[in-house]
Amino acid sequence: MRVGVLALQGDFEKHSDAVKACGADAVEVRMPEDLELCERLIIPGGESTTLEILIRRHGLDEAIRERAMQGMPIWGTCMGMILMAKRIQGRDQWSLGLLDVTIVRNAFGSQVHSFEERIAFSGLDSPMDAVFIRAPAVVETGGGVAVLALARGKIVAVRERALLGTAFHPELTPDRRLHQLFLSDHFGNR
Amino acid sequence: MADIARQLNIRYQHAYNVLSQSGLLSPKESAETAQTGTWRLKVGLAEMLKGGVIMDVVTPEHAKIAEKAGAVAVMALERVPADIRRHGGVARMSDPEMILGIKDTVTIPVMAKCRIGHFVEAEVLQALEVDYIDESEVLTPADTEHHVWKHDFTVPFVCGARNLGEALRRCGEGAAMIRTKGEAGTGDVVEAVRHMRTIISEIKRVASSREDELMALSKELNAPFELVQEVHKTGRLPVPNFSAGGIATPADAALMMKLGAEAVFVGSGIFKSGDPQKRAEAIVEATAHYNDAALIARVSKNLGEPMVGINVSSLGEGEQLAVRGW
Repeated sequence: MRVGVLALQGDFEKHSDAVKACGADAVEVRMPEDLELCERLIIPGGESTTLEILIRRHGLDEAIRERAMQGMPIWGTCMGMILMAKRIQGRDQWSLGLLDVTIVRNAFGSQVHSFEERIAFSGLDSPMDAVFIRAPAVVETGGGVAVLALARGKIVAVRERALLGTAFHPELTPDRRLHQLFLSDHFGNR
Repeated sequence: MADIARQLNIRYQHAYNVLSQSGLLSPKESAETAQTGTWRLKVGLAEMLKGGVIMDVVTPEHAKIAEKAGAVAVMALERVPADIRRHGGVARMSDPEMILGIKDTVTIPVMAKCRIGHFVEAEVLQALEVDYIDESEVLTPADTEHHVWKHDFTVPFVCGARNLGEALRRCGEGAAMIRTKGEAGTGDVVEAVRHMRTIISEIKRVASSREDELMALSKELNAPFELVQEVHKTGRLPVPNFSAGGIATPADAALMMKLGAEAVFVGSGIFKSGDPQKRAEAIVEATAHYNDAALIARVSKNLGEPMVGINVSSLGEGEQLAVRGW
């Protein structure tokens, strides 16, 4: 399977490594044509205000929206989840508008408040180490959105059809269960 | 815990509210495993900045322009290095009021500089909750032998380096990001290139050496042995490797990326140029697409006056900032 990793900015290398460790091919996506080759897309961690500019300048935003409409599975971690959200609280910030959620950015504070915590994740039989770096959180979900994990009383993982969003960074820990879940055959078909 | 997880597989907001009021959402197990200031969190933030441009700013207005142009972070300081050079005197940590003003203005990470070895300035910056501290040779050193012991801090540090030994000594002290020093405030990229090439070629040398040669290499490089072993094993620095000092154009930024930098710092190069916003945007795009020369050609058009540079070769003894660091 060819898995696109948006590689304009952020920790895309870590996601590529994780994808390869799961036995799939990782494709760095920088321009719309790169996306054509891919069956899935991961939007990594990074800075959403930077990505907004880079993603829109060459029409990659439209290409991603089009593929999302066709049902391509997309997973955003941290910044990726922000870019996928339909609404960003308190800010008039652009996004791809895919996931029916409202996001609050930097929900846990600045870097000195960034934290690691073992959290329960729906569907996994044991908790996982989750790394939250200046992380966002979901404050509102639409009807079709499943909440998959919580940390410190906040929603930190959601799924809507083939769209997955996590506020933390599974690519920074050796636990590959979420990458395996996202790459599994049945993920796109629910 | 797993049972709670299953209970929490809820689909609707009201269910979440019910749970949140019941106190079930703050399980004891989580609270016990929570950690801040770990190595993974410190290096992790550097990972998030990769492929980006970190810009020096001296006012909230600058910070806004930088964020709008696509900076991944800003470095809040009182004077850009070019002005520090011109004004002379002792350069210190910035006024906390100014740093807080910038923090209030942008949502991207805010970094600030402390003097080499000045661990109290570092403590103050941590108390201000800056996102990264740059223990920087651009400021006047406070200690001519020791750097800050960075492991003691929750906030991560970036430090400058000219060679692999210096980079690994800083990592040994707890730096979670290295930037090649270059020669700040000159607009001359020659030193940034020299330092990056030096570090990359020394990494290659360590990686291709035999295991029984590493102790001698550690001695020769003045680098901690365990970290030399790690470089030997992985073929890269233990932390992300960024570039700084003299980058003034989109092509400069792309050059550093092609030489092995994972992100770039641009200091005086933006706000000492004729059209900061346009130049900042162009450098951001060139850094993201550093392999696309046609794109770099396009964004390099009509950027206005670049900063007036200083040839590093014309700097006198004692005028080079990069030699600061031990």
